[in-house]
Amino acid sequence: MATLIEAKDLRKRFGAIQAVDGISLSVSAGEVLGFLGPNGAGKSTTMRMLTGFLEADVGSVQLAGIALDADPLEARRRMGYLPEGAPAYPEMTVRDFLMFIAQARGFLGSEASRRVDGVIERIHLQQVLGQTIDTLSKGFKRRVGLAQAILHDPPVLILDEPTDGLDPNQKHEVRNLIKEMGASQGKAIVLSTHILEEVEAVCTRAVIINKGKVVVDETPESLMARAPEGSGSSAMDVVFRSVTSGDLEEAGQ
Amino acid sequence: MRRVSVVFRREFSSYFATPLAAIFLVVFLFLASMFAFNIGGFFDRGQADLRPFFQFHPWLYLFLVPAISMRLWAEERRTGTIELIATLPLTMQDLVLGKFFAAWAFTGLALILTTPMWWTVSFLGEPDHGVILCSYLASWLTAGSFLAIGSAISSLTKNQMVAFVLCAAACFLLLLSGFSVVLDFFRGWAPNMVVEGLSAIGVLTHFESMVRGVIDLRDVLYFASLIVAFLVINTAVIDWRKAA
Repeated sequence: MATLIEAKDLRKRFGAIQAVDGISLSVSAGEVLGFLGPNGAGKSTTMRMLTGFLEADVGSVQLAGIALDADPLEARRRMGYLPEGAPAYPEMTVRDFLMFIAQARGFLGSEASRRVDGVIERIHLQQVLGQTIDTLSKGFKRRVGLAQAILHDPPVLILDEPTDGLDPNQKHEVRNLIKEMGASQGKAIVLSTHILEEVEAVCTRAVIINKGKVVVDETPESLMARAPEGSGSSAMDVVFRSVTSGDLEEAGQ
Repeated sequence: MRRVSVVFRREFSSYFATPLAAIFLVVFLFLASMFAFNIGGFFDRGQADLRPFFQFHPWLYLFLVPAISMRLWAEERRTGTIELIATLPLTMQDLVLGKFFAAWAFTGLALILTTPMWWTVSFLGEPDHGVILCSYLASWLTAGSFLAIGSAISSLTKNQMVAFVLCAAACFLLLLSGFSVVLDFFRGWAPNMVVEGLSAIGVLTHFESMVRGVIDLRDVLYFASLIVAFLVINTAVIDWRKAA
């Protein structure tokens, strides 16, 4: 399998805080990597470095074979990104916004409309097309963010909390879409989430970070297997707590 | 160029998605003509020219331009859309130029809407059309310079009010340094070089020489270099702290 995301020893410091402290990730085509960690563990900062929004103090990123610092535009063309909170221009209608993204991604004329129509159908945005983004519910806003990220069918997807604010039906739908993009379209996908069951449901790999460092990198199944017997459906929670709260972690080792 | 035009079109149409455009245009047209008629003595002078109309433009821009420029980058930072556009395959330069040209085109539109003043003097007398055209150019270049300054300041903060006040203050200093009252104050005791220098960096010196109908390359270069310098600063600031 081709490696589509290759991050080596990423480090980022904000003032006195070492937000990300040497994170390396390598994600192959077809992999869906669930990025977990407590608030402030450095998830968003890491994702921002993967997309080039933040420059790493140390370390390098390659997206689909292109080094981010050597050719940022080409690397960005191969990547779709849903930033934290799914930001979008509130005064624009959904259709205008997606057309802007399509044109900014270099699609011209009818090709741009074709791309936008395609993604509208895939994400089921037909009913809000003419609405301005500030009138959308949180769920629809998130889906517009997802739509702009996959519009150009990139090999690499970085999604910061793609299902946050969705209702259970929408969550189910978006998870299926992500699974499909990984399994049958061979994309490399990194998604961050707070919902542990989501990792079980869609991810082929779980990475837990804590205090800017990777503490777990394995399949969701083997992660579950770490839990003491009898923890049942909360197995994931038990493991998450034990690897991210310092005391337990040290006690366990 | 194509990338700049994508940004330009989005920005330009965004002015008309909110009441901002309408309010700005109405206030600008109302104040510009009120100053010309009431303070400038447009009719009383008995001359077919637009001097009383144009002479107040820099003062109008002093608070109208920051009202446009304050949101250029501060808004992107506040809503987080900067993270979206900075990770699209667009360069910082594309974004800075697209935003600036959209704002500048918008002030150009406001100026075009003042052309009934021009028809009026043409109807009443025989004005020197070259001088009027030159004055329009001077006014537009002044607006552009203030916009470039405002855009650079807006890129430093996510607070629009801070951007507004700082931009107005910066433009005020630039206006003052060419104002004859200020120059006279220095003329008495400061070395001639200081007075000349102040007058050379002042907007009014260059504005007034163009409004008289003389296109001096130095005046045009003055405005052009102000715009370029502040857009370069703007790009550097955004590149330096995208996430701030």
